[in-house]
Amino acid sequence: MKRLLCLLALLSWWLAVPAAAQMTIDVSGAGARQYPIAITNFPGEAALPESLTQIVRADLERSGLFRVIDTAGISPVPTELAQVRFAEWAAKSADYLAIGVVVPATDGRLTVRVRLVDVVKQAELASFAFTMAPALTRVTAHRTADEIYAKITGEKGFFNTKIAYVKKAGTRFDLIVADYDGQNEQSALTSREPIISPEWSPDGSRLVYVSFENRKPQIWVHEIYTSKRTLVGNFRGSNSAPAWSPDGRELAVVLTLSGASQIYTLPATGGEPRRLTTSPGIDTEPVYSPDGGTIYFTSDRGGGPQIYRMPAGGGEARRVTFKGAYNVSPKVSPDGKTLAYVTRNGGLFQIAILDLATGQERTLTDTVKDESPSFAPNGKLILYATEIGGKGVLAAVSTDGRVKQRLSVSAADAREPAWGPFTK
Amino acid sequence: MFKRVSAISIIALLVACSTSGEKQPEAPVSENQGRPPMTTAEVAPKPPPVDTGRISTVTPPQVDELTTGVLAKRSIYFDLDSYEVKPEYRALVEAHASFLRKNPSRKVVVEGNTDERGSREYNLSLGQKRAEAVKKMLVLLGVPESQLEAVSFGEEKPKAQGKDEAAYAENRRGDLSYRAQ
Repeated sequence: MKRLLCLLALLSWWLAVPAAAQMTIDVSGAGARQYPIAITNFPGEAALPESLTQIVRADLERSGLFRVIDTAGISPVPTELAQVRFAEWAAKSADYLAIGVVVPATDGRLTVRVRLVDVVKQAELASFAFTMAPALTRVTAHRTADEIYAKITGEKGFFNTKIAYVKKAGTRFDLIVADYDGQNEQSALTSREPIISPEWSPDGSRLVYVSFENRKPQIWVHEIYTSKRTLVGNFRGSNSAPAWSPDGRELAVVLTLSGASQIYTLPATGGEPRRLTTSPGIDTEPVYSPDGGTIYFTSDRGGGPQIYRMPAGGGEARRVTFKGAYNVSPKVSPDGKTLAYVTRNGGLFQIAILDLATGQERTLTDTVKDESPSFAPNGKLILYATEIGGKGVLAAVSTDGRVKQRLSVSAADAREPAWGPFTK
Repeated sequence: MFKRVSAISIIALLVACSTSGEKQPEAPVSENQGRPPMTTAEVAPKPPPVDTGRISTVTPPQVDELTTGVLAKRSIYFDLDSYEVKPEYRALVEAHASFLRKNPSRKVVVEGNTDERGSREYNLSLGQKRAEAVKKMLVLLGVPESQLEAVSFGEEKPKAQGKDEAAYAENRRGDLSYRAQ
């Protein structure tokens, strides 16, 4: 029954996604523990360009950690703690309840006041308010969802973060920056030639990527809010696989100055490369650990491609993955404890994770052409690219493998996703 | 690009052939500057006077060596998971090596490609390996490194768009791309 209710809630949410959305999201599965929460409609929100509470519900549902309970039949809608009839909510199996109002403030702005209630303890958990211009409804809704998520799960919410990805439609490539839910899509770069490997600077103001616009792969650093671009990797041969150091000052990159692909570092503003690896084969896809001390990378030094690690200044490399003949595209979780990567199982390419302390490996996805994993900034979800029905789509999976989502862009291939950092 | 270069050289040649030592009568300047003259049919320039008292050599039409014979072939195909130039491509690479030795001002970029399976960045490195194999062979055949660059397109610029073995085989390739001088 619970399952059915959950499914109905999911379905009603999915149907409620506005038709104008450029990206559609499909969620399946449920977290190990789901917090049942009811969110009333906030009196006064009709003044907003879109329903704030609907965005909050969608955010929480999408995290996989919440089950959103229908509030139909509750009348009058409570806006203060004293008006909450707890038995009514307990009967709906809601452990948590969010109530609120939207009231006019000065200068045409509006104030959203929210109270988060623990129905079991019959007590207020938190109350907060945001004053905003109506155009900032989505941002405010995401901030509201962040507050609720943090208060109940103890983890920081990621609803106000950005993602970048590459959209391919015909022969046109766009480097897209969008909200984490695919809304508010904007193109930072349009090109007739491929764009790959975008990565966010730690402060979220720049993207580094590889562009083929000059008939070879070159590395660009692009300030997304000013459109200023700097060609930092334009060495003889190929320039690819850029990764930011955690302080945002350096880039680990792959150059072919000696012939084969090798890892170098470069100042993020451009400059002379310093070579880190010296192997006869391929070393690529470098990525820094969050503490900046280690670089994980893909190498074929042992035959097929496997993931290795080495000190960030260079030095002896140690193999990290052992299971299977093809393990590539490493990413380290924000807490530095887990590695996400692409593993080949038979002919299938799937997202796997590895516990760096125990070496325990686990395949998370059931899609078959997975690429480019990218952690949510709180480490709870992994965004990746895959192919469904011959079309490139973005997908996400929770790090426990239980919640799976698919984000597809209409009439285009979506690929090369990168999840941005928390915004300050 | 090269086609354009040769087209330009042919036009230059035609212009050169049509211009004799003597000054051609100038076409009337149109009053409507910037617009094509409307009266070209009526005011066609007189033909240049022919100097019958002199013998000149006509430059033969230039043929671009690179567009004929083995030099017209620019693609080297590789087996699955292989980065070695197969013996059947030796003649092709040797012909280009010989052309490059004879034309030291010409530069060629070896572009490596792979099929679409697997990581884009790893495939970029695999494509580089194919490009380097061709480049290395050219160097061994005496072409100076300064005339050569090996780059990779990985799986990003597939020649065949299909998702079957025939398409994958078409995309496991190194291309010799002569760039503008």
